[in-house]
Amino acid sequence: MKASNEKAVAANPMAKKKLTGTGFLLIVTIALFFVMYIAGMIVFADKGFANAQMFLNLFVSNAGLIVIACGLTIVMITGGIDISVGSVVALVCMTVADLMENKGANAYVALLMALVIGLLFGVVQGFLVSYLEIQPFIVTLAGMFFGRGMTAIVSTDMIAITNETFMKWAKFKINMPFGTVNRRGDFIAAYIYPTVVIAIIVLIIIAVLLKYSKFGRKLYAIGGNQQSAMMMGLNVKRTKFQAYILDGFLAGLGGFLFCLNSCAGFVEQAKGFEMDAISASVIGGTLLSGGVGTPIGTLFGVLIKGTITSLITTQGTLSSWWVRITLSALLCFFIVLQSVIGTLKKKK
Amino acid sequence: MSKTSEKDTSFIKKLTGNRLFLPIVCLVVVLLINLIKTPTFFAISINNGVLYGYIIDVINRASELVILAVGMTLVTAASGGQDISVGAVMAVAGAVCCQILSGGEVSVNEFANPLVLAIVVALIVAGICGAFNGLLVSYFNIQPMVATLILYTAGRGIAQLVTGGQITYVRVGTYQAIGGYIGGSPVSTPIFLAIITVVVVYLVLKHTALGLYIECVGINGSASRLVGLNSKMIKFLTYVICGVLAGIAGIAASGRIYSADANNIGLNLEMDAILAVALGGNALGGGKFSLMGSVIGAYTIQALTTTLYAMNVSADQLPVYKAIVVIVIVVLQSPVFQKFLAERKAKKAVAVEGGQK
Repeated sequence: MKASNEKAVAANPMAKKKLTGTGFLLIVTIALFFVMYIAGMIVFADKGFANAQMFLNLFVSNAGLIVIACGLTIVMITGGIDISVGSVVALVCMTVADLMENKGANAYVALLMALVIGLLFGVVQGFLVSYLEIQPFIVTLAGMFFGRGMTAIVSTDMIAITNETFMKWAKFKINMPFGTVNRRGDFIAAYIYPTVVIAIIVLIIIAVLLKYSKFGRKLYAIGGNQQSAMMMGLNVKRTKFQAYILDGFLAGLGGFLFCLNSCAGFVEQAKGFEMDAISASVIGGTLLSGGVGTPIGTLFGVLIKGTITSLITTQGTLSSWWVRITLSALLCFFIVLQSVIGTLKKKK
Repeated sequence: MSKTSEKDTSFIKKLTGNRLFLPIVCLVVVLLINLIKTPTFFAISINNGVLYGYIIDVINRASELVILAVGMTLVTAASGGQDISVGAVMAVAGAVCCQILSGGEVSVNEFANPLVLAIVVALIVAGICGAFNGLLVSYFNIQPMVATLILYTAGRGIAQLVTGGQITYVRVGTYQAIGGYIGGSPVSTPIFLAIITVVVVYLVLKHTALGLYIECVGINGSASRLVGLNSKMIKFLTYVICGVLAGIAGIAASGRIYSADANNIGLNLEMDAILAVALGGNALGGGKFSLMGSVIGAYTIQALTTTLYAMNVSADQLPVYKAIVVIVIVVLQSPVFQKFLAERKAKKAVAVEGGQK
């Protein structure tokens, strides 16, 4: 049995590479997404799960998550992690809401502020992780508590956003050429919001950056093996620092997109969001040990999370806690899968 | 003259070099600030046969944290990472305990099942949570914080499911005593629980080789394996212990409010526990550890929390200050910073020598 296997491998080395490689994880993810979505379409066909709008809603409600998960993918490729993103989102939403509603600032200033907050988190955390060599988990755990606490310092009450410009951005519908026909025979176009367009653009930019730029290749090199990357003459510390800054910036931007979706700021907002982002990234094939990962995979991770959420809300009777529990179980499954694949590789 | 000064510096060095130096200094500073702000800080009075006073309050409220810090110390030492699920595990244990006692009702005035059964089952469930973490960390080689992140987010959801999304009340005197006072004792039960936990764990570590093994595994896992230690098993064991201790803390916390509040039991306590370990002079990267340091660290954190509350900082805002303290401590501990300090010292010494010449 073994001998024949080896023969087959020798005859077709490409097949072997495909099977053991991390591409396998990505294939599992994409297959899982389609299986889940098609199962949803069959089971909940009467509840409109098969509508085009239902599919677009996966993007509409997760635009912020796509951007933030891209940021996390970047730091995770370097072998780091960032669990402060949920708090950054809460802080951004609260600050944006507070600036516009209580301080009379306009929406552009609020957007700028959101990006500045994200950048600041990125710079401070990046400095601590890369130059002082403190474990990224401790640093970003502190960042997570800091962000959540700062949100409460800005305001402990919920602030609903009513700013005109902001609401115009939030409610600007972009109609699609396709849609559904309702019972009376009227055509209703499926739509998306500008947030989705921004998220997709960011995703493409990051994908290109990681694949074709010098910076992107450096990230993979560092994540694959920091020691050899250093010996190759790469500036490991600076690259890691830049990765965290980029991640912070994306967290700020993602927070703003999240805010455009929720139109409010409150202390408990986006709690557990870091978990969503990390699991999206891991489910999408990013290795926790670093060196492997693609934004496209992460996108599918986000879509799986979105599908779980819509399956559970469409089902109607299950408590919303199930979303997080299912997601955690899925994350656990993928982590174990990664670990098993990693051990198998080592044994060879 | 020079001889005495030499002796002095060596004495100071010995003092500052002691593991417990940092935690004790921090505790003293926090207590002093309190004493200045409220002169009656150390005053203890007896009301209705129960001890009262700020300091008693701090010791009482720190109990759960002390229990958690003990578990966290072991986990940190063995695996070089922290268990951030302890708060959620507390909530799970509290929920299981209350649910068994109430027999599924939302609010009861007498036990539906024996108290001992409920406590034992709750501790077993907490142990299983710990075992789950331990399995992922030691046998699947997953970074501790990622592995425990799973229960950190899912744990409270599980606790909600156990209680059916409600807050289960157990209005029975015996249960309230777990968080209150047993018999005519002037000191609350959680304090006893904390003391018993610390003493038991200390004795176990002292009289078996477990403490040494844990340090061994933490310093160099593969070397310990070559020496013949089952390093995976030891790591696994520390997570189970941590889980059970979180369970004890969870039961004490739910006894205080005689209910299972899945959203609030142990909220943000994981951060406090990590802070206590760091403040206790333990390296967060694993290896040697000091149980006493963590215990003192835990009391310091609680004193700090009480102080901040007294300064009108709301519970939501507390994490900001704690996060800053954590960062300061880890920066001080970080090898890069220490090297920087040492280099500066060496440069200064060279400059002084040059000046003398």
